[in-house]
Amino acid sequence: MKIAIIGNGISGITAARWIRKLSDHEIIVISGESDYFYSRTALMYIYMGHMGLKETQPYEKGFWKKNRIGLKRAWVKDVDFKNKKLHLIPAAKLTDHDFLPAELPYDKLIIATGSDSNKFGWPGQDLEGVRGLYSLQDLQYMDNYSKDLNRAVIVGGGLIGIEMAEMFHSRNIPVTFLVREKSYWSNVLPDEESAMINRCIKNNHIDLRLGTELKEIVDNGSGKAVAVITNKGEKIDCGFVGLTAGVHPNIGFLKESDLETGRGIKVNEFLETNIPDVYAIGDCAEQQHPKTGRRGVEAIWYTGRMMGETVAYNICGKKVEYNPGIWFNSAKFFDIEYQVYGNVPAKIPEYMTSIYWEHPDGDKSIRINFDNRNNSILGFNLMGIRYRHEVCEKWLKEKTDMETVLKDLGQANFDPEFYDQYEKHLLAAYNKIAGKNIQLKKRRGLSQVIAFLKR
Amino acid sequence: MNLLDSSLSLAYQGNHKMTGLQKISLAIVGLGTLGLLIAWASNGNISPLPTFIFSLAAMTIGSLLYTYSTYSGKIPGIKNNRVFQYGISSRGAAAWILGIVVTGFYVCLYWFPHLLEGLIRLHDPLSHGLRGKAADQWFVYGTFYTVAVLLMGIKFIFKYRHNRYQIIRTISVMFFQLVFAYLIPAFLALLNKPDEYFSYFWPLDSYALRPDWIAGKSSLGTFGYVVIAIGILMPFVVTPILTYFFGKRWYCSWVCGCGGLAETAGDPFRQLSDKSLTAWKIERWMIHSVLVAVVLLTALLWFNHISQNTILGGFTEGFKSAYGFGIAMAFSGVIGVGFYPIMGSRVWCRFGCPMAAILGLQQKYFSRFRITTNGGQCISCGNCSTYCEMGIDVRHYAQRGQDIVRASCVGCGVCSAVCPRGVLRLENGASDIGSRTDALRTIHISEDEVSILS
Repeated sequence: MKIAIIGNGISGITAARWIRKLSDHEIIVISGESDYFYSRTALMYIYMGHMGLKETQPYEKGFWKKNRIGLKRAWVKDVDFKNKKLHLIPAAKLTDHDFLPAELPYDKLIIATGSDSNKFGWPGQDLEGVRGLYSLQDLQYMDNYSKDLNRAVIVGGGLIGIEMAEMFHSRNIPVTFLVREKSYWSNVLPDEESAMINRCIKNNHIDLRLGTELKEIVDNGSGKAVAVITNKGEKIDCGFVGLTAGVHPNIGFLKESDLETGRGIKVNEFLETNIPDVYAIGDCAEQQHPKTGRRGVEAIWYTGRMMGETVAYNICGKKVEYNPGIWFNSAKFFDIEYQVYGNVPAKIPEYMTSIYWEHPDGDKSIRINFDNRNNSILGFNLMGIRYRHEVCEKWLKEKTDMETVLKDLGQANFDPEFYDQYEKHLLAAYNKIAGKNIQLKKRRGLSQVIAFLKR
Repeated sequence: MNLLDSSLSLAYQGNHKMTGLQKISLAIVGLGTLGLLIAWASNGNISPLPTFIFSLAAMTIGSLLYTYSTYSGKIPGIKNNRVFQYGISSRGAAAWILGIVVTGFYVCLYWFPHLLEGLIRLHDPLSHGLRGKAADQWFVYGTFYTVAVLLMGIKFIFKYRHNRYQIIRTISVMFFQLVFAYLIPAFLALLNKPDEYFSYFWPLDSYALRPDWIAGKSSLGTFGYVVIAIGILMPFVVTPILTYFFGKRWYCSWVCGCGGLAETAGDPFRQLSDKSLTAWKIERWMIHSVLVAVVLLTALLWFNHISQNTILGGFTEGFKSAYGFGIAMAFSGVIGVGFYPIMGSRVWCRFGCPMAAILGLQQKYFSRFRITTNGGQCISCGNCSTYCEMGIDVRHYAQRGQDIVRASCVGCGVCSAVCPRGVLRLENGASDIGSRTDALRTIHISEDEVSILS
């Protein structure tokens, strides 16, 4: 059986690896973007000079041959679902070992084409010097425009926007950061954490404009961006405009086909599309029935990895539902690390109580949410402090009592040795609100963690 | 545009320029270096004390000023911008020049010390002051080495000033280099005792525990017996105990002088270590071969000693010189440090050091130390592997959610520091080390679950 995978990102490559583990099927991975799988999340580090492209590739070149995973460098023009064929257009220099037919037949197809940057119909959004950040090509584009760049304007206050701000900042290029909301990423972060990141952005000398939207991008007369105009009527001169107002599934090449799509490619819990033998995974897939606490489209690294694993089982004849489990995520805002486990909404609902402690320096915080109807734990939000995923997950899964969690909170701490432990401050915050006197019983350490996890 | 063949090359495009203060501080370091060059070229025909004070002062002030101008005013955090874009840290022309200069210095040091006469005479005043006798090339070497560890150690501490583990660890290596590898030997020389380095033991010190070493120490009376006792206790009793509790890091990245230099002066080059599977294979063969060689050497010397050179006398002498030339000098010195800018800072520690080999075996099979990974948080970015000076592909484990137990890990903690998602933690954990390392904790479909559904 010949399995074609469109896309060599984390989803497609994880699927390929797991199909190889579980079977002897022929596997071909097609990518127009790059010869080899690299970690998309590391794009910013290539630009900043922390790594080269090679360092971001998790597998050596010999890995693919050894595991009989065929790699083809091409863009997929369209898919002939009826005759089970892909139509390809070359994306790279052809070499002898990389013969590229214009048609590629398959028995089963996995679509893992990822995302594309959002554009909301802004005037001038297709000018030269205007670009999102998702692919290697985008990165090269940014780099080409960085030379003698007077200013970059970034539109959209999410994770990619702040990464792009950090990237330009690393090269001493002035940045204006337009954020539509009243505070950075305030549709995801609770107020205090969001305010912390506002401060962090400003401390890094980024010109942060909250509550400001892009109205249009100004053409220099020859098709190149030279300035933006905001909804407040201000004109900001710049040589580059970064569009980072989120991403959407990259499924344009499938729009004319019989494949059922909504925001993304519609899939059931087995990651099957409406067409037999065609699966979709990763950013481009849309769950028809997402699990509780989960969204239909989740453009996240680890969900791509989990879907890749799941689809491999399904293709190899062991049916298994996609279940990403309890929500978690992480990011880094300049120098502040962020981790979240469980349910931490931006606006705390009535049934929830949120205990929050922030370091006087204003760059570290712990937030724990619990259900005030039955005192069960609901979520953790950490800024500048590391917590252990498995410990938090177990507490959340078991709907552990808030006070039990607080007493044992130290065992969740994952910060390096000699770092201060702040759990007692969070307990004090809780005691103050609850009028109790809960004492911290456990501090950081692996032995008790293992005992707890094995319990 | 090189994207077509996947060799994305971002030639550095940006507005970053050295600040005026950085330029001034490098110029001051340059003046200090010039002082050394003049002293070297004068071959001893220059007043040593003022030149020495001038050079040391210029290098210290210039280096501290550079550290200050580079990191002060910056928000504490990971400072790896442009590492892969500057020639000095990415095998550019400057890196090759530096590598050739340092290699040349080592070649002179070991085999042509008369070429360093000017530098040796420059150190006479300090040597007289500290040790009560004239300088030799080893005193010059020790001085350079210690100054490099101290000045670059201060730079490292500033660079990682947000990270208490790195600060404490760096103070430790600076302390051991200054006191144990420099001041104590100098003080012993002042007391007319032979230099003793209480931070190097057999088998890294291949002279220790030889019959003539034992005989030589025994002739010194009580002091000699103390040295012998330490020389035996350290490798056979103290080391296994400490390694059981803390892993090999207690030595390799907290005490050892070779490690000390690698962690401080070598820090700008840590990303150059080869992460390939081939390099790992070569590493395992080489380091264990050196260990076998030094054990064999020591055993042969004892065998000969007991048999009064009747059986393998000539062979043993040849073997001894070969080890001294090939391993102790060429490998640990010339290649180990001279090749920093090309092969990274831990070439000797990774491919050659027999002490690291023993500690590594203990760490792998009999230690509580490991690096644990944080569930499913890894994004496979590669920072951990890139900045591992020992060439461990840390990401390979982290993205599988697998704990890291590797013989070569020196526990420097930089992987944990550079991780942008808080995935890695150094631990002196618990006893179930064997079973924990098997688990692939990011797999989210268990075989049981599959069989239930299908």
